[in-house]
Amino acid sequence: MTMKRILALLMAVMMLTALTACGNATGPAPSSQAPVASSQAPDANDPAPAAPAGDDLIYVGFVQVGAESDWRMANTKSMQETFTEANGYKFEMVDAQQQTQKQITAIRDFIQKDVDYIVLAPNTEAGWDTVLGEAKDAGIPVIIVDRMIQTNDDSLFTAWVGSNFLQEGYDAVEALATALKNKGIDPTEGEINIVTLQGTMGSSAQIGRTDGFAEKMKEYPNWKMLDKQSGDFTQEKGQEVMEAFLKSYPDIDVVIAENDNMAFGAINAIKAAGKTCGPNGDITIVSFDAVKAAFESMIAGDMDVSVECNPLHGPRVEGIIKALEAGQSVDKIAYVEEGTFYAKDAAEIMPTRAY
Amino acid sequence: MKQESLMKRITGFRLFLPILCLLLVLLVNLIQTPTFFKITVQNGVFYGFIIDIINRSSGLVIMALGMTLVVASSGGTDISVGAVSAVAGAVCVVALGTGEAYQMPYALSLLLALIVGALCGIVNGFLVAYMRVQPMVATLILFTAGRGIAQLITGSFILYVKPEHFSYLGAFLPGVPIPTPCFVALFLILLTWMLLRFTTLGMYIQSVGINRRASRLVGLNSKLIIFLTYVFCSICASVAGLISVSRTSSIDANNVGLYTELDAILAVAIGGNSLGGGKFSLAGSVIGAITIQALTTTLYAMHVAADQLPLYKAMVVIIIVSLQSPVVKKWFSGLKSKTSYSEPAKEAN
Repeated sequence: MTMKRILALLMAVMMLTALTACGNATGPAPSSQAPVASSQAPDANDPAPAAPAGDDLIYVGFVQVGAESDWRMANTKSMQETFTEANGYKFEMVDAQQQTQKQITAIRDFIQKDVDYIVLAPNTEAGWDTVLGEAKDAGIPVIIVDRMIQTNDDSLFTAWVGSNFLQEGYDAVEALATALKNKGIDPTEGEINIVTLQGTMGSSAQIGRTDGFAEKMKEYPNWKMLDKQSGDFTQEKGQEVMEAFLKSYPDIDVVIAENDNMAFGAINAIKAAGKTCGPNGDITIVSFDAVKAAFESMIAGDMDVSVECNPLHGPRVEGIIKALEAGQSVDKIAYVEEGTFYAKDAAEIMPTRAY
Repeated sequence: MKQESLMKRITGFRLFLPILCLLLVLLVNLIQTPTFFKITVQNGVFYGFIIDIINRSSGLVIMALGMTLVVASSGGTDISVGAVSAVAGAVCVVALGTGEAYQMPYALSLLLALIVGALCGIVNGFLVAYMRVQPMVATLILFTAGRGIAQLITGSFILYVKPEHFSYLGAFLPGVPIPTPCFVALFLILLTWMLLRFTTLGMYIQSVGINRRASRLVGLNSKLIIFLTYVFCSICASVAGLISVSRTSSIDANNVGLYTELDAILAVAIGGNSLGGGKFSLAGSVIGAITIQALTTTLYAMHVAADQLPLYKAMVVIIIVSLQSPVVKKWFSGLKSKTSYSEPAKEAN
């Protein structure tokens, strides 16, 4: 009996600590981000005087996945900086800590509060029909950002803003050709042996990047894809797979890593095997995402090129909201603009990067 | 007659099946990838698939050591090892800082990480041994909360450690051609083995695992013994976590040690240990851990496509586990008894 009581007490204490822990987790994170150039929010030039009266503010509720990566933090920051009171918005954000259930609760909460727009960065693809149906019934437009949702009813959301992963795959082919040229290698001549470190199988980034690259690669008949294997988007797994690749294929010319972390792992493995990579090395490294650490790696001369996956969705979402406010129709799918960054420009560009 | 008894001795050997499974996995390579067993010296270190297997399995071997004792003493599993390894890794990296130089002595940060890891083990051990919570439920708490704690420590960021020598623990010491994790694993295996062999601890753990109450009645402190195995298991997990963060010179709290608890439990099972507790074999678990990594590396070497990889893995695991099932074992011993019947000289046994 007392045993049970003590146990219950202990459980309660643990839950309490867990709760406070969660609260803290989101607190300090944004402050550690580097200051961002205000250029992302074009209307922020003239803040205080232009602010409309409190009642005219457009109420935007944003349901974020969490704060799990630098990319996500930049995504959050972009939203926060776009939807300021100075720009005419009342902005409220919920950090769902990577739990779909919390996101669903947050959407219902926003419906209760009768917000003007709901912006949702879904944690998972499936399972949104019911709650988005509720938002639709309440007449609140839903804008999806980043990941897409799976639904048979397109009318459940107004628009989607995110990355075109297929296009990123196409861009990577161009990026590789240019990176080879930068090294003084003619991309159209001689056999170019490529291996790919794929992301988590079935994720939209993995599918788009793999397919895009494979499709566009046909333009270069001398490029040969030796092997593809999943590194689950993590550095450790990427390193392990690269170690195996290096042993199976003694003559790898190019590594395509479907995110920067796997590229870092591949670089470790290449160096450990006594081979060289980067703009001045033998093996060319093409990566995706272009996070801050990728720029550091390019400056260190390890990585050749990284294709951007742009998290700055704020301005694009604002554009859609403005169009809707003006009574215009909007495109269902809106891609953000994404660039390609080469090692030779990395040192110059890095200070201007937001993430 | 001599041969017969040798045959029986081999098949009757406790580790016969685990070793057979490992050899079977490796045998596939002999046919599929003849270069698999080639070991060369490249960049001043040994280089080859076999080295990869030993190197990559080190972390799992270490975890399996702790898991074996937990299973033996309490008849339950510690499913928090993956999360605990992430916590330990996070503590180490955050203690050292992300600057060009360490914030504190390297050894101190390792010690700190191990202490935090041991604390996790104390929580687990206390709940299981003294509160009598079922092991899986007790360790479920850290299984879910552990990664959150690790995220909290790192501020939800992937952190990178800059100084070159941070990677020595997970890669190579300068001038040493064998990967460092192998030495760490070997050291821990020897340490654990000696601890169990030259003290009565090994016997105590078995005895508690077979019958907790009876052990208490004969004067063993069952609770303390179970408690200690959980602390030891978490320390092992922490060491594995430290190797993992050193290997990548970074901490990714979401992914360090992800799903390794399942591999560690599988290693114990493949090693021929009963998950019900009691008798155990450390060597079996070590072989089990190496078998799991050998399987992964083999599939890479055979160029199995990423989307089919889990399927092949599952198939092999099913074969290995069913090979060791009581039914098959019985069949094996049936074979043995048949051969011994044909040999009348044996019945003296």
